Amino acid sequence: MIKHLRSAADLDAATATLILDTAAEMAALAGREVKKLPTLRGRTVVNLFYEDSTRTRISFEAAAKRLSADVINFSAKGSSVSKGESLKDTALTLQAMGADAVVIRHSASGAPHRLASWVDGSVINAGDGTHEHPTQALLDAYTMRSRLGRLDGLRVAIVGDVLHSRVARSNVLLLSTLGASVTLVGPPTLIPVDIAAALEPAEPTRGGKPKETSAKVSYDLDSVLPDMDVVMMLRVQTERMQDSFFPSAREYSRRYGLDLARMRKLPEHAIVMHPGPMNRGMEITPEVADSSRSTIVEQVANGVSARMAVLYLLLGGKA
Amino acid sequence: MASPRADTTIRIILTGSDLHRVVDRIAHQILEKTSGATGTVLLGIPTRGVPLAQRLAARIHAFEGIDVPVGSLDITLYRDDLRLHATRALGKTELPGGGIDGRRVILVDDVLFSGRTVRAALDALNDVGRPSSVQLAVLVDRGHRQLPIRADYVGKNIPTALSESVRVSLTETDGLDEVKLTGGSL
Repeated sequence: MIKHLRSAADLDAATATLILDTAAEMAALAGREVKKLPTLRGRTVVNLFYEDSTRTRISFEAAAKRLSADVINFSAKGSSVSKGESLKDTALTLQAMGADAVVIRHSASGAPHRLASWVDGSVINAGDGTHEHPTQALLDAYTMRSRLGRLDGLRVAIVGDVLHSRVARSNVLLLSTLGASVTLVGPPTLIPVDIAAALEPAEPTRGGKPKETSAKVSYDLDSVLPDMDVVMMLRVQTERMQDSFFPSAREYSRRYGLDLARMRKLPEHAIVMHPGPMNRGMEITPEVADSSRSTIVEQVANGVSARMAVLYLLLGGKA
Repeated sequence: MASPRADTTIRIILTGSDLHRVVDRIAHQILEKTSGATGTVLLGIPTRGVPLAQRLAARIHAFEGIDVPVGSLDITLYRDDLRLHATRALGKTELPGGGIDGRRVILVDDVLFSGRTVRAALDALNDVGRPSSVQLAVLVDRGHRQLPIRADYVGKNIPTALSESVRVSLTETDGLDEVKLTGGSL
């Protein structure tokens, strides 16, 4: 088993499948009255959050607590970070306190990679800048597999602000590892120009060969929809946009927003996903978000199971 | 008998037909000790406890026409030796429809050794319900208990050395029925 989960590229097909299978067992345990398991008793998991988060932080906290780990929540606000403490000094503090795993969210891409060289415990990337968010990709893959029964050969459209989306990047890497084919859809300004280079994994995978990612690109949502099994809508990340990427919010949602008329173009079995938080009315209309095809609430529940699986597989065995 | 000083001795403890007879006997004993297996649930411990539990239920059905609910109880997350080994994949936990509250649960496993698996199973059981009583059925008891645990139904007692290992093969998981004793230098 791997030690850190910094990138979806850390996972080969066998490991990713093991995580999804483990998540399925964890999900079965979530239905019972006593949800707590003694598995990680005495282990400490630190949630190190330099960026705001609702579901990821709560999800990791719930997952660690269900496995009986001790959880320490750290958020940059109200800590010595506001006094100017560096990531390294914070990491050394955590190290001195004996953290077995550090779950980090940071606005700087690559922060988890640096952190992994400073601490002895496992590092789990909970979102770093515009780079990656591997546990989100795992819970998305889990949701697709449990709804549609398979991942191999699945056609997935990832729609919207691909440029700023760590969710899109991790999903492309993981889904192509697991045999799904991904189409990236959005305005040309929000799709990286050299998409092949942009999706090259930061490090070669084990075995030394760079992983192949075979994502296609389209600028026309309507033409793509009839062929898709899954449509994943991305949030337009205005907080990361320093330039204007599209003329107006109204024009964006007219061309790339998912409304009822567009949803009807999807095949009967297709599902609609969104990593949250949603801008209702912008990339997705409330009717679509609340429809029976939407897996948005399911994704949150699956997030806890997927993160329990990751924590168990990284921390459960011999260090 | 094989030469006692061979480098790697392999002894067949139970052949396929022995194993079937042993399962039949345990099924009869369960019927006898539980006055007809009423209010009883068989829970197999993965991997090989699960097909054994299914076989016991099938034999009980053949003998008395009673359907005993069968399930499985994975104990991986309750093990006390998780940190001594690489991470283990999880098995399935599937409780029968009626649950286990107020029932007599019979845990089924292939080999009883240190007793730690059974301890973990008792902990796991505690989290999924409150059975009225818990019993233990094993195919092989090889001794060397590290905890005060004993089985209610034993297929075969095999005196072993700690250096030996008992390998249970079942058609469902391994393609044939057999119990072997390997290793050791006796």
